[in-house]
Amino acid sequence: MSRAIIINLVRFVVLVFIQVFLLRNLALYNLPVCYPYILFLLLLPFGIPNILLFSLAFITGLSIDAFYDTPGLHAASCVILAFVRILFINITVSKEGFDNEPEPTLSVMGIRWFLAYTVTLTLVHHFFLFVIESFSLSGLQYTIGRFLASSFFTIILILISGTIFFRRKERK
Amino acid sequence: MRTLWSFINRYNAFFLFLIFEVTALIIYVKNNSYQRAEFINSASGVIGRLNTEKDQLYGYLALKEVNDSLARENAHLRGLLKSSYYIDTASKHKVTDTIYKQEYEYIIARVINNSVNQPNNYLTINKGSEQGIAKGMGVICSKGIVGKVIYVSDHFALVQSLLHKDSQFSAMLANDKEIGSIQWNDDLDPHKGILKDVSNNAQPKVGEWVVTSGYSLFPEGIPIGKVSSLHTKGGGYSLNMEVTLSVDFSKLEYVNVVDNKFGKEQEALEGQKKKDE
Repeated sequence: MSRAIIINLVRFVVLVFIQVFLLRNLALYNLPVCYPYILFLLLLPFGIPNILLFSLAFITGLSIDAFYDTPGLHAASCVILAFVRILFINITVSKEGFDNEPEPTLSVMGIRWFLAYTVTLTLVHHFFLFVIESFSLSGLQYTIGRFLASSFFTIILILISGTIFFRRKERK
Repeated sequence: MRTLWSFINRYNAFFLFLIFEVTALIIYVKNNSYQRAEFINSASGVIGRLNTEKDQLYGYLALKEVNDSLARENAHLRGLLKSSYYIDTASKHKVTDTIYKQEYEYIIARVINNSVNQPNNYLTINKGSEQGIAKGMGVICSKGIVGKVIYVSDHFALVQSLLHKDSQFSAMLANDKEIGSIQWNDDLDPHKGILKDVSNNAQPKVGEWVVTSGYSLFPEGIPIGKVSSLHTKGGGYSLNMEVTLSVDFSKLEYVNVVDNKFGKEQEALEGQKKKDE
C-alpha cells in the first residue's frame, strides 16, 4: 500500500515536471501539443476509491493549470477522464480477478487492452480539453485537427513510456 | 432514505463526476475572460436585463448620498475658485490728463453688495484703505458714474450710489457745456436722474449726452446719461430736465474708484477761502 503511494507520488511529480518544464514548449509545427501527464491517472491502481480518483484527477488538472495559466481547463478534462476510466474498467475488467493492488500498466494488462484503454481515455481527455478550450464552433476544423494530432502524439508518448518500463516477468 | 443512499452509493462515480466537473468548469469560466464573455453574451437576454434593473434601483436609492457628495464637492471646489480669495494687490492704472496737468488714478474694485430699490442706496466694494481708497473718492464704471465713497475700512468701502437722496454731482450738457447738477429723480426709478440748475441760456435737446463737468470728484466727460424729457416741474430761473441714466445700477459688477491726486489740494484751497470769509 505504502509502496503504491510512493510510486504514484513519484510518478505524479516526474510527469508534472516533464509536462510543464519540457513538453510545454514542445509543439510540432504549432499544431499538436502533447499531454502525457494523464499517464499518471491512467496508471493509478485498480482498487482506488472513486472519491480518491476524482480528487487526484482534479488536483492533477489544477497543478497543470497552474503552470499553463488556464485555471479549471485541465481539471475539467481530467475529471472527465477519471469518469471514463471508471466506466472503462467496470466494463472490461472484473475486480475479483486481481489482488495485490495491481496497476493497469502495459506489462500487467497486455498490449491489446492497454492500447484500447490508452486510446479511449486519451481521445476523451483531449477532445474535451480542446472543445472547452476553444469554447465555440468557429474554427472547428482547426480544433479537430489539433485534437486528432495531439491525441496521436500523446498516445505515442504514453506507449513509448509503457515499453520503457516494461517488465516481462509481471506479464500474466 | 436508505434507498436513496444506496442509489447514490451505487452510482457514486457519476455524482462525484458531476461535483468535480462542475467545480472545475466554474473555476475555468470564472478565471477566463473569453469564456466569461461568451457566457454573459449568451445570458445577456435575462441576466443582462436583471443587472440593469438592479443597477437602476440601486442608483436611485443612492441618489441622496450622491447628491450630498456632489454638494460637498461643489462647496470644496467653490472654495478653490479665484473669486473666493481676497485679492490683496489692487490693480491701479493711471491717466495723465495732459491739458489740465491733473492726474487721476483708478482702482478697480468689485461690487460685493448692492441695492437699487431703497430710498437711499449704497453699494459695497471689495477694496479699502489698504488699497488706497479714501473717503470722498468718486466711483465710476465703464458706462458712467456710480457714486462716491463715504466709509472706508481696511479692505472694503461703502459707496453712496447716485441713487441716493443726498447724492448730487456736478454735471454738464455735452454739447453746449452748460453746467448743472445731477440728482436722482424723486420717483425712485433707478433708471432716471434729474439735471438741475442749468442756466436758461442753454438749449438742451432730447437725446443729448449729460457728462461730468470736471468740477467735482470725477474727470471731465464721464457719461451720466441722456436727456430724455425737458418738461419737468420746478425750475424757474433755471432749467430742469430728466436724464435717463446710462448705468444700470442693478447690474454693477466692476467699478473704478477715482483717486484725484489734486483733490485734496483743491479742497484745502477752497476751504481756506471759506475760512477767510
